Amino acid sequence: MKYMCLIYTDPSATPPMGINMNQAYFDLNRRMKEAGVMISGDALQPSATATSLRKRGDKVETMDGPFAETREHLGGYYIIDCPDLDQALHWAAQIPGATYGTVEVRPLVVFG
Amino acid sequence: MTKATLTRVMQEDRGRLLAALISRLGDFQRAEDALQEAAASALVHWGRAGVPASPTGWLLRAALRKAKDGYRRDATLSRHREAVAALAEEEAADPDPQTIPDDRLRLIFTCCHPALEEKSRIALTLRSLCGLTTPQVAAVFLDAAPTMGQRLSRAKAKIAAARIPYAVPGPEDLPDRLNSVLTTVYLIFTAGYAQGPQAGTDLCAEAIFLARLLVQLAPDEAEVEAALALLLLTHARRKARTGVNGQTLPPARQDRSLWSQEELDEGQHLLDRAIA
Repeated sequence: MKYMCLIYTDPSATPPMGINMNQAYFDLNRRMKEAGVMISGDALQPSATATSLRKRGDKVETMDGPFAETREHLGGYYIIDCPDLDQALHWAAQIPGATYGTVEVRPLVVFG
Repeated sequence: MTKATLTRVMQEDRGRLLAALISRLGDFQRAEDALQEAAASALVHWGRAGVPASPTGWLLRAALRKAKDGYRRDATLSRHREAVAALAEEEAADPDPQTIPDDRLRLIFTCCHPALEEKSRIALTLRSLCGLTTPQVAAVFLDAAPTMGQRLSRAKAKIAAARIPYAVPGPEDLPDRLNSVLTTVYLIFTAGYAQGPQAGTDLCAEAIFLARLLVQLAPDEAEVEAALALLLLTHARRKARTGVNGQTLPPARQDRSLWSQEELDEGQHLLDRAIA
């Protein structure tokens, strides 16, 4: 079963002292790859770089900014492959962003 | 006569049957539907041919057959075809109904998973393990039956879609997860305590039933023994805890002859064992 871990953090909140965030993410990526659970994962540019659009009829409306204005922004994600939710939650709990933001774990739809 | 037997078996063994079915089918909703259909056909068959020697075993086998039919009906998806194949194998092996393994511990850990809302944990536990009907569960929360039905369906859908495991958690997760189970049992008890003995469903008795089940299925867990002790020691004083006008009496002013000595003894014994 594939799960997407969406990492939401408040850009104005500072990560806990003494943690090198980049290093912490690199370490987690390595552990996930070694365990064979990591499908993909990326960090996103700040939400100020986001462009949203909708198409109604033939007209495409383009807007500056993210789809929803919230205090916590989607800052990155992982897609992992785990046998069940418990194991997915185990990995999600190791995401550095979980220590000062929130990680949402969502199963991907299985077709067929 | 047939109906009375069926009602009794479904009341006593519903949790056990459901647990066994979920472990074979891997799907909460399908297990519930299959058991429902099996009960309906039991009413017809038992009325004609008499009640079988092992009603529980009969229901399990009938439910497995119904589930296979259900999977066949929508065998368009490859995983459904796999399920049919697995169930055919199961049927060929013809499980001895006398030795249905008790999977209720796995079931209660699933029902009380922290990924579910607390209210849903309580509702699902009452429905699946205590065998309360949906309207009875709704009455506990003063909800309308359809609202509760939707809540239960949503919880079961999440269990399936997010693949909440149907398993007793490993040692690393056990303390947290056991805590979630015991909290659910305790909340059921306090709901019953608040409602008082006049309510149609005795939730205190259901909570004690669940705690006993946990002691039986997870022996040597001090937390579980202590939880059952707490419920028993509280429950022992239920007849004495209110005065003539319904006001609450402190233990010092209660009529001690109304206390249940049996429950006090059992509670004390469990507490001693938990501390030892």
